[in-house]
Amino acid sequence: MSEAVAETPSISLLDLAFTFNHIALASFGGGLSAWSREVLVVEKKWMGEEEFLSAVTMCRILPGANQVNLAVFVGTKMRGIPGAISAIIGLTTIPVVLILILGYAYFKFHEVPALQGVLRGATAAAVALTLSMAVKTGKKCLGSVVAVALFLGAFLLNGLIRFPLLGTVALIGPLALLWAWPKPAKK
Amino acid sequence: MNVKTLIQIIALFSSLSLLSIGGGNTVLPEMHRKTVQVYHWMSDSQFADVFAISQAAPGPSILIVTLIGYKAGGILGAIIATIAMMLPAGLLVYMVTRFWQNAQNSPLRHAIEKGFAPLTVGLVLASGYVMSRAADHGWHAYILTGLCTIIFVFTKVNPLIVVAVAGLIGYLGLV
Repeated sequence: MSEAVAETPSISLLDLAFTFNHIALASFGGGLSAWSREVLVVEKKWMGEEEFLSAVTMCRILPGANQVNLAVFVGTKMRGIPGAISAIIGLTTIPVVLILILGYAYFKFHEVPALQGVLRGATAAAVALTLSMAVKTGKKCLGSVVAVALFLGAFLLNGLIRFPLLGTVALIGPLALLWAWPKPAKK
Repeated sequence: MNVKTLIQIIALFSSLSLLSIGGGNTVLPEMHRKTVQVYHWMSDSQFADVFAISQAAPGPSILIVTLIGYKAGGILGAIIATIAMMLPAGLLVYMVTRFWQNAQNSPLRHAIEKGFAPLTVGLVLASGYVMSRAADHGWHAYILTGLCTIIFVFTKVNPLIVVAVAGLIGYLGLV
């Protein structure tokens, strides 16, 4: 399965930049990971579901903003260093311009424009996007008792008890590896 | 902008870049301390507002550094701060990704991709849960989040339309 995904057709640098620009602009109010999955896995099919999910966690553990990291990961995977740069430029250029306009207006007029209400609504929907990503990806990979236990463990520790991300991965990660390690007897 | 400010911007954000393990939000307290208390680039309430703007605007929320750089050193400060925050961590991710691509057939990569999938779904649900506790004030917002979740899971409606309608509902003061 991973071989089929690895055989990616050559993607132009412009396509990378536009794709990440699309992801960034669509993320009004948050929910960037859920958007990334929609675009990268479902729409463009640049990565498989499992590769995407493992990349998301890797990008969260490594230092740096998760979405910037994911752009570097996908850009590097597709086209090496130029790909990573294209993806980052696509992800950040227009948001930087927009945020500078907002910031200029804020420091000039000392108030955030009537945007606040809009953002409250958009954020509620962005949260929903993240929740729906959990449902959609969960349907595909929670097929066994062990998988459900790993899922519940991560949610309880990180979500309910608010255990730090690194600690959660340090506790659940080894169990996940043990469970998923390829069995030589079967191959 | 003077050279001293420029160097302070580069030193601050490139070091925070490598310290931001687990995402940009983990270094916000230190960013606040340096920006407000050490360098006096902005006031406490300005920092809070700049944070709100960066959360709300599209794109990665780490772009709060763009606004801090802008306040400290104008447009050039904004650009330098943004690059300083992304470059060191980006290089690290590049190296890890290259290693990952070369490990195409290793059992470790296979185990991480298969084993981390349920783990990650748990983390995604956790972040959705925590975000909704933080962002949704009152039962109106919870209902809106619930309805949108159902729409996203069971229909193929373009999510942008849903977010736009939710924004309109917020604009009308209903959540």
